[in-house]
Amino acid sequence: MIRTRLTSQRLAFLFLLGCIFFNYPLLSIFNKSGSFLGMPPLFAWLMGSWVVLIALMAFVVERTRD
Amino acid sequence: MLQGWVIVLASFLYLGVLFAIAWYADHRSDHGRSLIASPLVYALSLGVYCTTWTFYGSVGRAAANGIGFLPIYLGPTLLFALGGFILYRMIRIAKANRITSIADFVASRYGKSQLLGGLVTVIAVVGVIPYIALQLKAVSNSFTILGNYPEIVMPAAVGAVPLFQDSALYVAMILAAFTILFGTRHLDATERHEGMVAAIAVESVVKLVAFLAVGAFVVWGMHDGVGDIFARAAAVPEVATRLDRADAPAAYGSWGTLIFLSLFASLLLPRQFQIAVVENVDATHLNRAVWLFPLYLFLINLFVLPVALAGLMHFPPGTVDADTFVLTLPMAHQQETLALFVFIGGLSAATGMVIVETIALSTMVCNDLVMPLLLRMPWLGLAAKADLSGLLLEIRRWAIAIILGLGYLYFRVAGEAYALVSIGLISFAAVAQFAPVVLGGIFWKGGTRDGAVAGLAAGFVLWAYTLLLPSFAKSGWLPEGFIAHGLFGIELLRPQQLFGLGGLDEITHCLVWSLLANLGGYIGISLLRVPNAREARQATLFVGGADVAGHSMWGGSAGVGDLLPLAARFLGRERAEEAFQRHARSRGLRAIDELPADARLVNFAENQLAGAIGSASARVMVASVVKEEPLGIDEVMNILDEASQVRAYSRELEEKSQELTRATAELRDANERLRELDRMKDDFISTVTHELRTPLTSIRAFSEMLHEDPKTDLEQRTKFLGIIVSETVRLSRLINQILDLAKLESGRAEWTVTAIDVDEVIHEAADSLTALFAEKRVTLDLSGLDKGLTVMADRDRLMQVMVNLLSNALKFVPADSGMVRVGAEGTASEVRVSVGDNGPGIHADDHEVIFDKFRQGSGGTDVLTDKPQGTGLGLPISRQIIEYFNGRLWVESAPGAGARFLFTLPRQAGDNDKKTGGGT
Amino acid sequence: MANRILIVDDEPNIVISLEYLLKKEGFEVKVATDGEAALSQAADFRPDLVLLDVMMPKKSGFEVCESLRADATLADLKIIMLTAKGRETEVTKGLALGANAYITKPFSTKDLVARIKTLLA
Repeated sequence: MIRTRLTSQRLAFLFLLGCIFFNYPLLSIFNKSGSFLGMPPLFAWLMGSWVVLIALMAFVVERTRD
Repeated sequence: MLQGWVIVLASFLYLGVLFAIAWYADHRSDHGRSLIASPLVYALSLGVYCTTWTFYGSVGRAAANGIGFLPIYLGPTLLFALGGFILYRMIRIAKANRITSIADFVASRYGKSQLLGGLVTVIAVVGVIPYIALQLKAVSNSFTILGNYPEIVMPAAVGAVPLFQDSALYVAMILAAFTILFGTRHLDATERHEGMVAAIAVESVVKLVAFLAVGAFVVWGMHDGVGDIFARAAAVPEVATRLDRADAPAAYGSWGTLIFLSLFASLLLPRQFQIAVVENVDATHLNRAVWLFPLYLFLINLFVLPVALAGLMHFPPGTVDADTFVLTLPMAHQQETLALFVFIGGLSAATGMVIVETIALSTMVCNDLVMPLLLRMPWLGLAAKADLSGLLLEIRRWAIAIILGLGYLYFRVAGEAYALVSIGLISFAAVAQFAPVVLGGIFWKGGTRDGAVAGLAAGFVLWAYTLLLPSFAKSGWLPEGFIAHGLFGIELLRPQQLFGLGGLDEITHCLVWSLLANLGGYIGISLLRVPNAREARQATLFVGGADVAGHSMWGGSAGVGDLLPLAARFLGRERAEEAFQRHARSRGLRAIDELPADARLVNFAENQLAGAIGSASARVMVASVVKEEPLGIDEVMNILDEASQVRAYSRELEEKSQELTRATAELRDANERLRELDRMKDDFISTVTHELRTPLTSIRAFSEMLHEDPKTDLEQRTKFLGIIVSETVRLSRLINQILDLAKLESGRAEWTVTAIDVDEVIHEAADSLTALFAEKRVTLDLSGLDKGLTVMADRDRLMQVMVNLLSNALKFVPADSGMVRVGAEGTASEVRVSVGDNGPGIHADDHEVIFDKFRQGSGGTDVLTDKPQGTGLGLPISRQIIEYFNGRLWVESAPGAGARFLFTLPRQAGDNDKKTGGGT
Repeated sequence: MANRILIVDDEPNIVISLEYLLKKEGFEVKVATDGEAALSQAADFRPDLVLLDVMMPKKSGFEVCESLRADATLADLKIIMLTAKGRETEVTKGLALGANAYITKPFSTKDLVARIKTLLA
């Protein structure tokens, strides 16, 4: 439950993680030409980390559900 | 095949289906079986975030600058990661306080301030109306483009189309009608619209599916998958540049800014607040929405970049607006059905946004702008009107129509101008101004109404100056020089390099200045004073969590008789009675009439009203009927928790410490007085002891001598026994007088108050002393007595005073030549009696001393002189008696010139017998 | 030769009783009813012992006592203070001023006579 403090804190941790994933300077690592799974690295990174973040959020919320 | 009528028919069919869904959901809701009570519906309805700006615009942005569209969706994802801290809290607060809009939220938080509600409303309307214009433009454009199928023709410049051939006008009118149908069917105390939410959820599904369909078609129909598109794009130099971002700090800066900005926008845009907070059925739905909504955003953005790249590669540069790729790519490949579906998807995005946004804005305009103004115009007589619920609905309907009208007007005027293209972000920046007061409001108790007003106003002004006005200038509505050279040509005032701050994109620049001013104003002004009682209470409700809700602010009470009609005026009689009935049942009562007139009822009524007309107006209306006992600060403070209590406590402490200081001083004084009294009491007892021992000494001595020597001769024996007897009498008299004085002083004396003839009493007293006067051969002159003077007093007591004064005079006059003269005269209000003698007189210093116990003036010393006759208590007792009857007793004398004792008594006895401590 | 005693008191009945009592015991007795009279009598009569009341008009017993003790010619004079105020401080004060004994009123006549005899022995 989102009401439990631990869940809220885990989500807040994911918030921080997202802030780092989606921002400079981490982004600059992937900001180069090339290809990853047929996609530009930056695009692949953003979409990949985004979906991973969503999955983690789902995991955190759903796992603690009674 | 895709003639205009097909598109129109499809559109109306779609809207019809939506309306049916909404109606059904409302119907179900009325019967208590909510259709929307599910996390999935909640998450989908949150998809109202994705407007045509997303549906068409994301591809446009991606075509212009690659992944630049993404931050707008990463921000909300991050917000929902913070859902437990922010959203959950806001939902609980809003539910507990029956918040109807973001304006209401802010107004309520800072002491239910109508000014703040109005200010937020104005900012929201100004900031959001252009955004609505954007939706109209998108629908109108997509309609025009699709209508030209199979040709792909960009719509003519807006201004070129005559007004009544302008599809946007009809779109606006239809949307207005639709919104009115959705949003103002009836007034609900919670201002929730279940039907609308259901429809919005369905629209979210439609637009997502439409977009995914286009994406799938583009990726797998036109190309061999995502990899193929990227590979091909990389081969085209001018397209390849969209694949990465310029590696410059500023670019990352604006990227971060956009994430930050969209994070707030997804919470603070009126429609977002409406769906996420106001329309929320159950706070626990947020649990799953935390990841479902970001997933929705992820999915709707999945194909944005591929579609953009495909469009760029498919159409020769400059021929087709990238904003229309979603529609024009299927058209270019003769996918009529898909194109029509895309159009419907775009329509979904537009209608969803417009409906929710206009309902939210119209609620704000009605509750926080129009009603407060109307209620302040006594000549409208609104306060006396019996039923205002119709008026409220009418105001909202007009507000919806006017807002959409303004949106259309903006669209007509702005047309293709820059202002419309970037308006999405400009709107975001406008509502970002709410962030400090909203977030500050739920985390910080120190915020005050003044601070909130200052922050919002400062932020709004700077937003307008650095973002809105430049956008006007770029649209040609203001001179170009405004941007290049600043206001009045002052370089420092260049709106996008304010005070020389350069190197930032315009959004970041605007946010830096506006949020700086906003935060500065909010915090700075808030810190100028402590929150007042009302602000502090609201702060507790908002910051301390919603658990304290339900406490009433009202120190007074009003009965059902006042509150039900009041509620009925705004909610309608039927709904009001229903609500009151529910309230009565929830309190275990059978009928509305049984509801007690207590604070809880008032609070309930205020909550009901708040749902209809906003918290600020509700407070004013309830105040008009509540007989408010002056709201004790203590009472308010009782409601508050920690911080406020601590503050109350410290204030109390401060008061207590001041009190303590005062008390200490008082105690010191009292102690001083007590010590003095103690000394006096000590002296008194010592004196009494002396007075009692003196006769006892004689009695004992003579008794012992007579006892020892039985042979004492008869003459001696008789003399001694006579002394013993007289000393015993003296002792008895003394004891009686001491007891008498004690009785007088303690107020236990008994009084029989009657009308008394003064002359008669004086004569009687004189008669009783005739023998003593004769014995000392002293003349008693009673010739100065006026007849017929009457006072209200106790006869025996007055006698006592006269006997005291006469015997006192007798005591001090010389034998033989002594003369005592008694006088009595009356004025209008009092009777004055005097007893003069030709004795030694009394030194001026002793004029008051002689009225002290056991002090007898004589010869200028204060020691006791006269032994056999006086007790030293006569004068104090006399004074006590005279003062009891509201008179005065004093002495006039000079040494050697005799003494004159005077007393006055009121001719009317006044209110003596009412005095506490008095008898009878 | 009979011892001479001066009675100083402003309370007539007490004076009568003391005078009668002491004369009966064979003392030569004189009376003064205030402090000033007491001093002049002391000079003229030259008593062996003074019975001195404390609360008197014109000069209090304490003042009289002080003056008597200041007179070197009266060095052998015995002083008994009589007072109706039995407070400890006054006893101390009286003794400090040179009184030989301090007796509170009302007193036992037998005790008083015994005390006088002891002091004059």
